[in-house]
Amino acid sequence: MRSLWSQLEPLLPLVSKPIQYVGGELNSSIKDWDSADVRWALMYPDAYEVGLPNQGVMILYEVLNELEGVLAERTYAIWPDLEKLMRANGVPQFTVDGHRNVADFDLLGISFSTELGYTNMLSALDLANIPLQAIDRTMDHPIVIAGGHAAFNPEPISEFIDCAVLGDGEEAVIKITKIVREWKLAGCPGGREGVLEKLATAGGIYVPRFYDVEYLADGQIKRVAPNRVGIPLRVSKHTVMNLDEWPYPKQPLVPLAETVHERMSVEIFRGCTRGCRFCQAGMITRPVRERSITGVAQMVQDGLDATGFAEVGLLSLSSADHSEIGEIAKGLADRYEGSNVGLSLPSTRVDAFNVDLANELTRNGRRSGLTFAPEGGSERMRKVINKMVTEEDLISTVRTAYENGWRQVKLYFMCGLPTEEDEDVLQIAVLAKRVIDAGRQATGGKDIRCTVSIGGFVPKPHTPFQWAAQCHHEVVDHRLKLLRAEVQGDRRYSKNIGFRYHDGKPSTIEGLLSRGDRRVGKVILTAWQRGQRFDGWSEHFSYERWAGAAADVFGESPISLDWFTTRERLETEVLPWDHLDSGLDKEWLWSDWREALDGEEVEDCRWSPCFDCGVCPSMGTQIQIGPTGKTVPLISISPMASA
Amino acid sequence: MDVPHQQEPVVQRLRLKYAKRGRLRFTSHRDFSRAFERALRRAKVPIAFSSGFSPHPRVSYANATPTGVASEAEYLEIALNQVVDPDAVRASLDAALPPGLDLIEVVEARSSDFASRLEASRWQLVLPGVEPEAAAAASAALLAETEVIVERMTKDGVRRFDARAAICSLELAKVQPAPPGEIGQLGAAIGQLHSPSAILAAVVRNGSPSVRPDDLLAALRVVAGLVPSNPPLVTRLAQGPLNASGSVVDPFDPDRE
Repeated sequence: MRSLWSQLEPLLPLVSKPIQYVGGELNSSIKDWDSADVRWALMYPDAYEVGLPNQGVMILYEVLNELEGVLAERTYAIWPDLEKLMRANGVPQFTVDGHRNVADFDLLGISFSTELGYTNMLSALDLANIPLQAIDRTMDHPIVIAGGHAAFNPEPISEFIDCAVLGDGEEAVIKITKIVREWKLAGCPGGREGVLEKLATAGGIYVPRFYDVEYLADGQIKRVAPNRVGIPLRVSKHTVMNLDEWPYPKQPLVPLAETVHERMSVEIFRGCTRGCRFCQAGMITRPVRERSITGVAQMVQDGLDATGFAEVGLLSLSSADHSEIGEIAKGLADRYEGSNVGLSLPSTRVDAFNVDLANELTRNGRRSGLTFAPEGGSERMRKVINKMVTEEDLISTVRTAYENGWRQVKLYFMCGLPTEEDEDVLQIAVLAKRVIDAGRQATGGKDIRCTVSIGGFVPKPHTPFQWAAQCHHEVVDHRLKLLRAEVQGDRRYSKNIGFRYHDGKPSTIEGLLSRGDRRVGKVILTAWQRGQRFDGWSEHFSYERWAGAAADVFGESPISLDWFTTRERLETEVLPWDHLDSGLDKEWLWSDWREALDGEEVEDCRWSPCFDCGVCPSMGTQIQIGPTGKTVPLISISPMASA
Repeated sequence: MDVPHQQEPVVQRLRLKYAKRGRLRFTSHRDFSRAFERALRRAKVPIAFSSGFSPHPRVSYANATPTGVASEAEYLEIALNQVVDPDAVRASLDAALPPGLDLIEVVEARSSDFASRLEASRWQLVLPGVEPEAAAAASAALLAETEVIVERMTKDGVRRFDARAAICSLELAKVQPAPPGEIGQLGAAIGQLHSPSAILAAVVRNGSPSVRPDDLLAALRVVAGLVPSNPPLVTRLAQGPLNASGSVVDPFDPDRE
């Protein structure tokens, strides 16, 4: 397959940051096109600087390229400056590895961490000359597969994708590869529909075209049902068990271009059962599966050798919760002491143990900022969201942090949570001031800071809040304005408290895309046709364009932007994602939602009896945690031979 | 926690010459320095670190080419806390850098004031869509002037400066064989795509105000209205002291035994 490089190269001096389109990252690979019988293009639908470090794409890229006869290359969203030049010069969407035309691959897998990549998917399909509507595609076009967390409700993009894969991708891509290979070897029986049918019946792969949706007069869904024989009623997620058998990425990609994460990441466990009710990631990735302490230690060393990164992040949804995290932190800190390798634990747990861990990892380094996430401003709010942190916990934790030399504390909150009132948000100011008081006491009045970051809450599918009314963005903006005045109006504190927030409008559109059904597809298409791109970037996001598209598409019908976002759903309503099975029992989710409204908390099932969320029995999985009792092996880090 | 880790002392300094070739010419200086520092770690070069709470590897960069310009003659200096064989460093660093960022030569520093030795650069400019005669005429016209004011967009707005004084020589390159490696092929490829194309050779003094290849092209536009049909392919072929006859010579000469 011909490389598009010679067509692309003359355009690159004319665009910003051309290095992002060049490829050639350390540990990337370009396999021979003709020796592969199954070829994947993997896309992260955002700019290269965001997409390159994405662990999901990196893992699948390596897993696929390790397979004999399989080739995988990467492609990312193209900035408008180059997009314009590519259109003018007839250059299609290309992969950064071999600079091959994305349309020439057998499969195009797109990883959606968020719904904000949907418009960028349309740009990529269009630039590749792949028909936007899945039903218009022929044998000449790739099979377009959505994955990632947003794929747990792919209904808004169901007309643009051929399939969606729910859950962990490592084993799923191997399974899909096998099906496509066998189908190709057999002479592509049944054409495109033939392979889609094989995929739809293989388990864990959703093919939207094989399901029909009927609606009621009031706009709600009447039912979703397969439209042909043999297609499963519900599609279940994939779960990889035993993470130690999947030590990917083994050879993490190291870009030349600057990206959002200038470090290597090692996933120390997957899943979370803390039970925060707003958190889709925690709900859809259950159960908890730990990588062992020795597995983590090995990945850290192998990754450092393969990349030369100076910093390692130990990733997971709540890293301080690993059963042997204390031993991991101490062991790695011992191993890399004096080697100028930095370790970081992006944990936001509010307790003294977390401060101990952070101290351990910064033995010789500067203690700049520690981040905690109480999420809710008031005690009542934190009970509603099941974030079990008392005000006293928080204050004593930050006091410990300041006493240990940390000078800045960052606090994460959400605004617009279910049942929230103005007072709940104003309570954030009270907390922030108490944090500063505690810091002044602990340090004797040194120059300390507290930064308050606030995000707008978006109700997500497969969470107890999937039925909740999303708070209107005007209400969110009003509350943030009150809070700002409260923080800045007090001159004893205003210099020490930083305040970071965004306006509420983007959350409304994210809400539409998160809980939308198939009828939202036309809104996405219309917004994109009117120029919408890069929805995660404030300079490119236009609420007016989205709201205008929604108003024009929905017209006088009973559904609207508000209908999808600020409307509370009833227990009996058929939700657009009910036929997609995350393992969570819908009745349990409903009871957890009712308990949220009563402020009742749920314990973590790692340390208390099972509360019957339904995942383990329905998915045939179980919690995999230590302790193993092992330690991080000490290794000698020898420099190159001396002269 | 109040005492930063004590760094080991510097016992050796090495000077490195490297190339930025082919598609890797789109590497910016910041991109290169990140990649280089990672390569140092991968190659386990005993690099010395600065002291303090955020230690940095001790690397001094000199005169990086602009993003998009290829180079056969980039230089930097590193400080080490162990004595090593320069050739071993060349081999291991070259292996640790992506193809296209290529280590050419490593010497031990035996002299001071290296940066000031990089007096001038020799550039090759491939101008797509330009007749060689037109390029020769424009070059002659430019050299005939005593001052040519060009504009450059900077962060602080448009800056105007003289581009003529820094130019030591500018002429049509002798129809030379393509330089080795990917650039040569690329230059040839661009030449074929945009026949005709002219190749200019220039020697330009480094220093203030620094006159970059872009400024030279701007000067050709100002004096002769010369505008290539596509972005030119520019390569720095050499960098170093200027000798009496106006040629750029090897800056490593004083470091060699």
